[in-house]
Amino acid sequence: MPSMREIKEKIASTKQMSKITKAMQMVAAARLSRAQLSAQNYAAYAGKLREVVASIASAMPKGGDSKHPMLATRPVKKTAYLVLTENRGLAGAYDSNVLKYAQNRIREKHQSPDEYTVIVTGKIGLKFFTRRNYPVVFSKTDVADEINFDDAVAFARKVIDLFNTKKVDELHLIYNHFVNAISQTVEDKQLLPLTNLTEGPAKKTNYIYEPDEDEVLKNLLPLYAEGQIYGALLDAKAAEQAARMTAMRSASDNASDIIDHLSLSYNRARQAAITQEITEIVGGAAALE
Amino acid sequence: MSTVHTDIVTPAGKVYEGDVHMVCVRATSGEMGVLPHHIPLVAPLEIALVRLKHEDEKKVDYVAVHGGFIQVSRDKVTILSEAAEKKDDIDVARAEKARDLARKQLGTLHETSPGYDSAMRRLKRSELRISTAAIKEDAVPNK
Repeated sequence: MPSMREIKEKIASTKQMSKITKAMQMVAAARLSRAQLSAQNYAAYAGKLREVVASIASAMPKGGDSKHPMLATRPVKKTAYLVLTENRGLAGAYDSNVLKYAQNRIREKHQSPDEYTVIVTGKIGLKFFTRRNYPVVFSKTDVADEINFDDAVAFARKVIDLFNTKKVDELHLIYNHFVNAISQTVEDKQLLPLTNLTEGPAKKTNYIYEPDEDEVLKNLLPLYAEGQIYGALLDAKAAEQAARMTAMRSASDNASDIIDHLSLSYNRARQAAITQEITEIVGGAAALE
Repeated sequence: MSTVHTDIVTPAGKVYEGDVHMVCVRATSGEMGVLPHHIPLVAPLEIALVRLKHEDEKKVDYVAVHGGFIQVSRDKVTILSEAAEKKDDIDVARAEKARDLARKQLGTLHETSPGYDSAMRRLKRSELRISTAAIKEDAVPNK
């Protein structure tokens, strides 16, 4: 049994730790509400954009010559995976869920590393992939807590350029989707080529395109694809804050459990010491009689 | 006089929302004025000023819209753009700084160099911001 002093020190250090985890939980909660707000604001824009793109795409003749390269499926020689993780850790299974999924997915689909390439955000993901010798084309480890649109778009352009210059023929997006404050699910979306635009109830409106459809698509599709990446970054950020908040809450709960447990042992040790002292005194007195 | 509901939406949220009588934009194919009951239309926009005229023909709202496009449907007009600011929300000092920086960059770049387009775009944006902020509210523009 550890001595009273040792237990006391342990209690003090656990208390310190729980202070930190509590603070982190509160910070994450505050950031979460901000991240949720920007995700909500963005959702209005994304919805509109999708509506327009879908209405144009559904009006286009299937397999026509005027197809924009972003809409055309070409034989897949190389697939790119854009995996969104974060920098700091301390967010429970947030990163490992995404990374495990990505790893399995790549293992299932591809035999040799020539067939795929990885783009990753966040230090945790970068470390994971470089340690396992995955081909990482480029990475971004400076995603701020409040995502800057211009910054995100510059990154998105770089990613989309890989597709446009035909370095890759397919682009998948793997990230944690924010469901609510206590649950996140791994999302796997095919971003490019844009194939699932006409899904869902498309409202039939015949638009005139000024100057013409091709010109509109040329302007619209890059905007849409960039927007998708930006949206995913926002979504992943909200999920990250939620995961961190949950992780820190359970860490604080654990800390208070440990403190309770340790206080109990401390009291026991204290009582044992007192009992022993009494026994000694009584024993000493008995020896004198 | 009839009006049409108009939204200006950016990734950061709604910048403008209201019922207006006429929406004047500059599309890549030229200036365009959209009145209520316009036929459905989609057009990409230039980095330019958008004027939203109210019913009484006197009040006009000015919004600096940085590219994007306009979507006109049966009962509403939506302008989608990566960035847009109302006249009163523009930070002139920041725009002036951005303009000077962009000019300096353009001075060192050739038309074919990689950064030229983005520097040009930044220059256009900052100039639009400055000119939008400088519009005098009470003057009724006829163009």
